[in-house]
Amino acid sequence: MGVEFEPKIVAFMCNWCTYAGADNAGVARMESPSNVLPIRVMCSGRISPEMVMRAFRAGADGVLVMGCHIGDCHYSTGNHRSVKRMPLLRNLLATVGVNPERLELTWVSAAEAPRFVQVTHSFTDKIRSLGPLSQEVAE
Amino acid sequence: MNKLIIDGAEYQAQDDQTILDVCRQNGIEIPTLCYHPAMEPYGACRLCTVEVIRHGWSNLHTACTHPAWDGLEVKTQSPAVYDVRRTLMGLFLSRCPHVPVIQNLARQYGVTEPPFATDDPDQKCILCGLCVRVCNDLVKANVINFSDRGIDRQVGPPFLEKTRDCIGCGACTIVCPTGAIDIVLEEAGVYAEKPLGPTAAIYVPSLQAVPRVPVIDTDSCIRFRQQDRSNGKIADACGVCQTLCEANAIDFDQQDEILDLTVGSVIVATGFEMWDPKKLSQYSYGRSPHIITGMEFERLSNAGGPTGGQILLSDGSKPKRVAIIHCVGSRDHNAHAYCSRICCMYSLKHAHLVRDKTGAEVYEFYMDMRAFGKGYEEFYERVQEEGVTMVRGRGAVVDVLPNGKLRVKGEDADLGKLLAVDVDMVVLSTAIEAPHDADKISALFGLGRTADGWFAEAHPKLRPVETNTDGVFLAGCAQGPKDVPDTVAHAGAASAAVLGLLDRGEVVIAPTVAEVNRDDCVGCGDCLLVCPYTAITRVEGKAQINAALCKGCGTCVATCPSGAIMALHFTDDQIVAQIDGVLAWA
Repeated sequence: MGVEFEPKIVAFMCNWCTYAGADNAGVARMESPSNVLPIRVMCSGRISPEMVMRAFRAGADGVLVMGCHIGDCHYSTGNHRSVKRMPLLRNLLATVGVNPERLELTWVSAAEAPRFVQVTHSFTDKIRSLGPLSQEVAE
Repeated sequence: MNKLIIDGAEYQAQDDQTILDVCRQNGIEIPTLCYHPAMEPYGACRLCTVEVIRHGWSNLHTACTHPAWDGLEVKTQSPAVYDVRRTLMGLFLSRCPHVPVIQNLARQYGVTEPPFATDDPDQKCILCGLCVRVCNDLVKANVINFSDRGIDRQVGPPFLEKTRDCIGCGACTIVCPTGAIDIVLEEAGVYAEKPLGPTAAIYVPSLQAVPRVPVIDTDSCIRFRQQDRSNGKIADACGVCQTLCEANAIDFDQQDEILDLTVGSVIVATGFEMWDPKKLSQYSYGRSPHIITGMEFERLSNAGGPTGGQILLSDGSKPKRVAIIHCVGSRDHNAHAYCSRICCMYSLKHAHLVRDKTGAEVYEFYMDMRAFGKGYEEFYERVQEEGVTMVRGRGAVVDVLPNGKLRVKGEDADLGKLLAVDVDMVVLSTAIEAPHDADKISALFGLGRTADGWFAEAHPKLRPVETNTDGVFLAGCAQGPKDVPDTVAHAGAASAAVLGLLDRGEVVIAPTVAEVNRDDCVGCGDCLLVCPYTAITRVEGKAQINAALCKGCGTCVATCPSGAIMALHFTDDQIVAQIDGVLAWA
């Protein structure tokens, strides 16, 4: 293994909080890992389980779903749906042989650029230590 | 209804009325000194004496105490009455030869010189007892009363000593007919507590108040305090303001009103709060009356303030040296990291005011001088020319010395030396911060807040007054620290944005809305449950989306078990293409 494993991580970000937070991180010249591949949606409530599964199938080693803090949702209750869906999906992941740790739901507000950087770094580190998904599923 | 004859004409009177009441009501002039409509008549001055004829018997009586009985005949101008009043005015003038009210009345009865010897030419009190009655019967403060008898009779607090029981309401000075009582602000210059000096419980909040009407301070109003003590059961104390107000404008039962308004836009202009300098103990705020905030300095130097605008220490003397410390709570990682923007300029103004009003030496401790606005740099230069000592460096510590003086320690960064200055007064230019309950407003309108607590605008450069909630706009310091010109400009922009909406009469909505494919919809209704905007209804057994209500969050799209809903511009196909695209690298 000469080359260290670099995971691919799909990050679904809501338009109002996390995407703005990521934007602010960039404006402030903070560095976030290039492993994280952002996909903007209007609300974390827009993320259906199929999308997460699609990301894993297309080769993602980890999936981050990020939205506004509970109570701060631009659409009032969109993130309430995510908070119900994602834990359920994590349970299902185990049944198909995917470590549930590869999916994470977390909140980053528009004002939390440092938190965005911290969350993306720590998740990348975690996935890096878990190794490639292809290897895990093969086992 | 009683009928009585006054000066030959017949008048009607109620049972509870006095002769004076009837006369006043009908414009018949009777002079009084000890009478006040807010209080029970007392008959002390005897000046309202009239001739009362009942059953053929004539008698001299005080009109203020005599009931207006049926069948009375009253003469208010008879020679006997004139004689009595003339004698009285002679006595009054002998007692108080220099009181204008007495002089004028005496002249009306032909007395121009005191007929008797004068004891004390400066005497103003005629012992009418109005002040005693107002203090004891109405205000119920029981501070002043009569003492001694006969020629030694006098009015004052117990043992004629200063009393702390006086609440400084000023009622006695107002009712006193001869101006014999002054409220003396013995502790002028005390500004340890807001509102920086004694005031009555009813006052006009500030000289510039809009609307310029008095308010009642329910915390210090005697009547409200009594009400509080009795859990709202008793409310009979004082009420002097109500009795005296000729416009009948005092309403003790008035409550705060909550108005329900239906509006299309909201401008959030909730402003700021002053940061509390007690949070950083090195400034010793609260440990000396001479360590004050910039806001307290403003009050002190205000012409309507407790010292009439003079800058004084608590002993009433002018300070000789004043230190002004910038950035107290701003640009400080122990408080607020941001610059409050307004402090540099108001600190310079304070320095100018101190120089102008007291000539004291002024030491201005600053880190950087942020004179950013139009004409600000010129003002900075002018203040420097006025002889203000500028010390570049944060004023780090304020010590209260045993002799009451204050020692400000800091670093002069220009000289690279530590510095200590002993001063008489320290003005802390405190930071401004978001109101403590901004989180409630933020939750109410769905507003974001930046890390420093201010409400977040939709875009820091391009949409400075809009928020991410349609129809809600920001003005002024609610969005971040601003001085007056910037606030006016920002608020003007916010109102223009609202006017733009009003003028158009219709709103533009984003095209990112959801759409139902009726062929695929099975009418399960899950989408109806998750929509935060109730934009979805069931029409003929199938979901239908009102595009005007839909905000395009896409929650229904993710929820639909049959994939019948599509989020325009965020379709499944588009997102999947993005997923595949980003993962196709390398």
